[in-house]
Amino acid sequence: MAGVAVNEGRPWVNLPDTPPPSLYAAREPVFPRRVKGTFRTMKWWILAVTLGIYYITPWLRWDRGPNLPDQAVLVDMAGRRFFFFMIEIWPHEFYFVAGLLIMAGLGLFLFTSALGRVWCGYACPQTVWTDLFILVERWVEGDRNARVKLHRQNWNGEKARKRAVKWTLWLLIAAGTGGAWVFYFADAPTLLRNLLTGAAHPAAYATMAVLTATTFVFGGFAREQICIYACPWPRIQAAMMDEDTLTIGYRDWRGEPRGKQSVEGSGDCIDCMACVNVCPQGIDIRDGQQLACITCGLCIDACNDVMDKIGKPPNLISYLALTDEVRERVGQPPKPVWRHIFRPRTLLYTVLWGGIGIALIVALFLRANIDVSVTPVRNPTFVTLSDGSIRNAYDLRLRNKHGEDRWFTFSATSEVPLSLSLEGTDALRVLVPANATLDQRLYLTAAAGSPAATSDRTDLRLWVKDVDGDVVPRAERVSSRTVFNGKDE
Amino acid sequence: MCAKKITPKKPEVGTSGHQWDGIEEYNNPLPRWWVWTFYATIVFGIGYTVAYPAWPLIRGATPGLLGASTRADVAADIAAVDLANAAIKDRLVAADLTQIGADPELAAYAESAGAAVFRTNCTTCHGSGAAGFEGKGYPNLLDDDWLWGGDMEAIHTTITHGIRNTNDPDARYSEMPKFGVDALLERNQIAEVTEHVLAISGQDHDAALATAGAVVFAENCAACHTETGKGDREQGAPNLTDAIWLYGGSREAITHSTFYARFGVMPNWSPRLSEDEIRAVSFYVHGRGGGE
Repeated sequence: MAGVAVNEGRPWVNLPDTPPPSLYAAREPVFPRRVKGTFRTMKWWILAVTLGIYYITPWLRWDRGPNLPDQAVLVDMAGRRFFFFMIEIWPHEFYFVAGLLIMAGLGLFLFTSALGRVWCGYACPQTVWTDLFILVERWVEGDRNARVKLHRQNWNGEKARKRAVKWTLWLLIAAGTGGAWVFYFADAPTLLRNLLTGAAHPAAYATMAVLTATTFVFGGFAREQICIYACPWPRIQAAMMDEDTLTIGYRDWRGEPRGKQSVEGSGDCIDCMACVNVCPQGIDIRDGQQLACITCGLCIDACNDVMDKIGKPPNLISYLALTDEVRERVGQPPKPVWRHIFRPRTLLYTVLWGGIGIALIVALFLRANIDVSVTPVRNPTFVTLSDGSIRNAYDLRLRNKHGEDRWFTFSATSEVPLSLSLEGTDALRVLVPANATLDQRLYLTAAAGSPAATSDRTDLRLWVKDVDGDVVPRAERVSSRTVFNGKDE
Repeated sequence: MCAKKITPKKPEVGTSGHQWDGIEEYNNPLPRWWVWTFYATIVFGIGYTVAYPAWPLIRGATPGLLGASTRADVAADIAAVDLANAAIKDRLVAADLTQIGADPELAAYAESAGAAVFRTNCTTCHGSGAAGFEGKGYPNLLDDDWLWGGDMEAIHTTITHGIRNTNDPDARYSEMPKFGVDALLERNQIAEVTEHVLAISGQDHDAALATAGAVVFAENCAACHTETGKGDREQGAPNLTDAIWLYGGSREAITHSTFYARFGVMPNWSPRLSEDEIRAVSFYVHGRGGGE
């Protein structure tokens, strides 16, 4: 069969005669140039503050009394507690975390609709650490031109030395990053001592290793590719912007046609490439707003610097909304910034965000320091005692959030008489250890022939009272609704 | 038509000779990485069968050079758990039965270990909720009525030796006469004594028959169930005056019990369960709401 023309006799098979294009595009290396200006200064400040918070927080102490950790912010996985200064969250109070997540979501809507991708440009860890890594890179290898030269030259002693120094510094920062993370999950001074002596839990080392590797690779090498290819944020945020959202924009009606100023009729843009050279994402903002742009504002700084030098008005590139562009093209002045930020949409987000926040704070202050959850025993639903009375059992989970042991007492309220007793003790009180949960079985008994004993279902409320709570201003009582099942004959 | 004639790009490799609707298959070699991966899996496979149990022989499989055995792994795991629990098990065995609850750590261990023992061994008859099976002779362990006693000591003895089994000479033993089958009582006497039992347990009854039944009861039943009918734990004789009936408290059930008698059996758990397990499950049963 070899050598037979495969299309012979089948002219309807129409195959392309050009090879398909390659679907792979190699990364274009980016060498951001140093820049000075308003936004750069702001970014330095945000970098310092966010990194400062990240590194210092685990080391803050907060006295909670005996039996409780003194670390201000601690996620205690083993003990299933979350400590945040004066707040302590138990697993059953996870709705606080859910509330915070909803607030984070609404906050994202708010900031995105008002200021576009402001998170990406200033606060995202990927941006902050990449900024830090580029700073180190510039410090070791020099500014853009030196780095481009170094990138292109063959390997020699100088290149090897500079690369080695840079990578070592990166690795130290990365290790510090991963190291700081684990301190949020254990007592920081103890963990540091254990880490240094090799006595810490393998999970701590593994977490550090993973975070060190990801920080090193993401901040040092992947950089803008994380934003462009890995992160869902740009796609989500693109859907949340509208025509009043402030993004970075190039005033092409003012800048074009770009070129030498000596040429008659040319725009303000002298095509100096400053905006491109400073961009950490490696894009040309003059092509318009695009997915890769994180709106960090560095091109604004670079362009304003140039405009100042050539004696042109600033803000050829600036924060700009779509509506501004439309107005400016017909010669009207742009809307003031506050008109972009205070709109019905952003106000609605703010109200919702604030409402949930207030509700969470109120819930935080109203919650009791003791808690009970009640599980009626269903196997069997009731037990007949020798005198004919009917008894139901309830498994109680008692929680004492105080830093000391507390005595709890019990009572039941219902429309019909029920007598109450506890497993394992003749008294009607139990001692719940400090900062702990105690499982206790409780019995309710209805006398033979009484209403509760003979009806299928009786609603009732079980009360738990913190006896020692009498010494504090408010004696705490919590309750839970449950039912009593009788012998329905 | 406009279609161009297609010429094969790599005629030098030829085709495989297969043809489907005019589509032919090049005879390209396999990718090198694929071939080497394939060879590597063969080498790994041979190494694996040498290192680990693999080839089936008449008496089991080849053991493998590494001596790996999942059965041994499980045995080691169990041994490790036993070793970890050895200290508290010793404490449980050494403890006074009534003082287990006073030691929180020991009580927590006995509660959870006892629950495991109960689930494995006791639920078949007593039910997973320990509520037994009313009317079928499987006692409810949650209530306050005990045939052979409900304190820790009595529960421990019952579980250790069992009831009416033939394996343990120390098993709790008693046997009710088959009053009807062995013709110890006339049928009308059984009817009378049944009315008496209904009377003393506070149920609807025929007063005339019950009065006659009281005499029958005093002569035939009181030796074990006592004159008042409140039973005798020494002999495992049930209390006939309360609301709890192992085999049912209806007229029919009481008649049946008197006529045929009952002979509930519980196995002796002593050699089958270790002393610490028996103590743990005793503690668990005692803490279900009926313990005395």
